[in-house]
Parts: sequence; C-alpha cells; structure tokens
Amino acid sequence: MSDREEDDVITKLVVISSDSVLPIDAAMKIYESETSIVIKETCFGTMVTGPREAVNRVVKEVVDLDKNHIFVKERGFPPGDERRCRASRGGGPRPGFHYLREEVQMLPTIGKALDDYEKKIPLKETGKKKKLEVKQLEDIIESVL
Amino acid sequence: MVKVIIYPTNSLILSDLVERFGHTPIAMMEKIKEKISTVSVDSPPLNITAEEPKTGLKYAAVEVPAGVRGRMAIVGPMIDEAEAAIIVNESPMSFGCMGCARTNELTKFLIRERDIPILEVDYPTGDDEAREFVYEIGEFLKSLPGGKKEGEQ
Repeated sequence: MSDREEDDVITKLVVISSDSVLPIDAAMKIYESETSIVIKETCFGTMVTGPREAVNRVVKEVVDLDKNHIFVKERGFPPGDERRCRASRGGGPRPGFHYLREEVQMLPTIGKALDDYEKKIPLKETGKKKKLEVKQLEDIIESVL
Repeated sequence: MVKVIIYPTNSLILSDLVERFGHTPIAMMEKIKEKISTVSVDSPPLNITAEEPKTGLKYAAVEVPAGVRGRMAIVGPMIDEAEAAIIVNESPMSFGCMGCARTNELTKFLIRERDIPILEVDYPTGDDEAREFVYEIGEFLKSLPGGKKEGEQ
C-alpha cells in the first residue's frame, strides 16, 4: 500500500440507539458489503476501519437502516491500538469511554427530536430555566430571617 | 458545504448532526488521527512533541501552563480553519473528560472572537430541551451555504 493510501485509513464509530436495529444487524450489513474493511462489534455499536471511501460507503448503508437513531463519528485511534486498548493497559474503561457513555444516554431523546424535526412538528413553548438572580436570593434570605 | 467547528470538540452528537446536515465537522478526533498516523512522530501515548507547546504560543501566552499550550496546538489550528461554529454550553462532559477547564474557556473565547456564524446552545436535559436543541442546530446548519435542504438525502 502506498503512503497516500495508508494515510487515508480511517476509523468510524457507529453508535446504535435504535429499537429496530441491533449492533449485530449493522455488523452483518458490513460483512455483506464485501469491502476490505475491519469491523469490531462493541456494546454501543461497531467500529469500522478501512480506506476512507469504503468506510464512508459502508457506514452510510448502516445509517440508512434507521437514520435518525444511528450516530456516527470519526475516531482517532484504530481499534486495538495499544495506546487505547484495554487489553494492553490492564483493564478499566478506555480513555474517552466515559464521554461516549454520557452522550449515548442522550441519544434516544436526540433521535426522537430528529424524527420530530423531519416530520416538521412545531416546537412547544418551553419556559427556559434561568439562574437565580442575586436580588432574588437576597429577598429569599431576608424573608426567612 | 462549510467547515463547522464543534464545541465540545469531540462530541458524537454534534459531529453527527453537522455531517447529517451536509457540512464538514472540525473535530478533535480527526486531528488526533493525523497526529498518531504521522510516521515521523511515534512516541506513545499521545505523540505530543516539543513542537506543540511552541505552536500553542500563538494562542496562549508563555506563562500559561504547557498543558494548555499543548492542547491549543491542536485546537488553535482547528479554530483558524473553521468557517462556522456550534458551541454547546453547560455540557456535563466538558468538565472532566475534556481535560482542562482553562483550555475550554480559551477555546470558546477564540471561537467567539472570530467573525464567523456562531450558534450557542445549552446542553439539553430533557425531551423538550432536546427537541429545541436539535431544531436550533438543524436550522442553523441549513442556513449555512451548501447545507442540505428539505427532503434531501
């Protein structure tokens, strides 16, 4: 492989937050694609590594399975990289996992919101929570004293 | 299609939304990938060399801790490259996992200093807020040149 092609190898995280698609469905879709890419199934979805063009094509196919509930981002390190992989670091969550887990908890609501946005459901008026003004706090204190 | 810098710089949700609406996200992950796949630089764990704090000097003063300058060596060029920006405030993940609160402050400050379209939203905590969050980001991204229009795949 030439240097140029080597440079163009990317890894994408496919995070599945769907009621109808499971990580194994996504993996099967990728196996079917017959492209020379590496995939790794994880608890949140899959990681896909390979030439940029092939990865983008395959990831698009997977996202099309349930496009508002499957989320994708690029990942810096390839799967199994010694600097990140738990196997070589003696266990524990890999760096970045806590961040991902926090966002994964938010994905069902984001997916629902994307569905609504697509159906052009108008926004409900919601009262914005504001921080307590100093004056109000003073009034509360004085009323209690 | 424009290059949109996202803050938090490694957010899955923001990176996905920007790409979904037809733009290019400028995110930390791609920059890290460039760093770790550069053949000449290979010093685990993160390939930060003596050059990074020097590059960071363009964005942060010399008395600023080296960690901030090292981070700005990656984030700074991302800000320079950006043609639009989405900033999510009050996100719980930007405390802790994002590493350095001062770098985050500086990043947001430098983005706001640039004369580019910027959207600032608060991190959603419930269904209604999430809907508002997605709608605002969707409308903002559609308003940028080259964004996906209604019904476009």
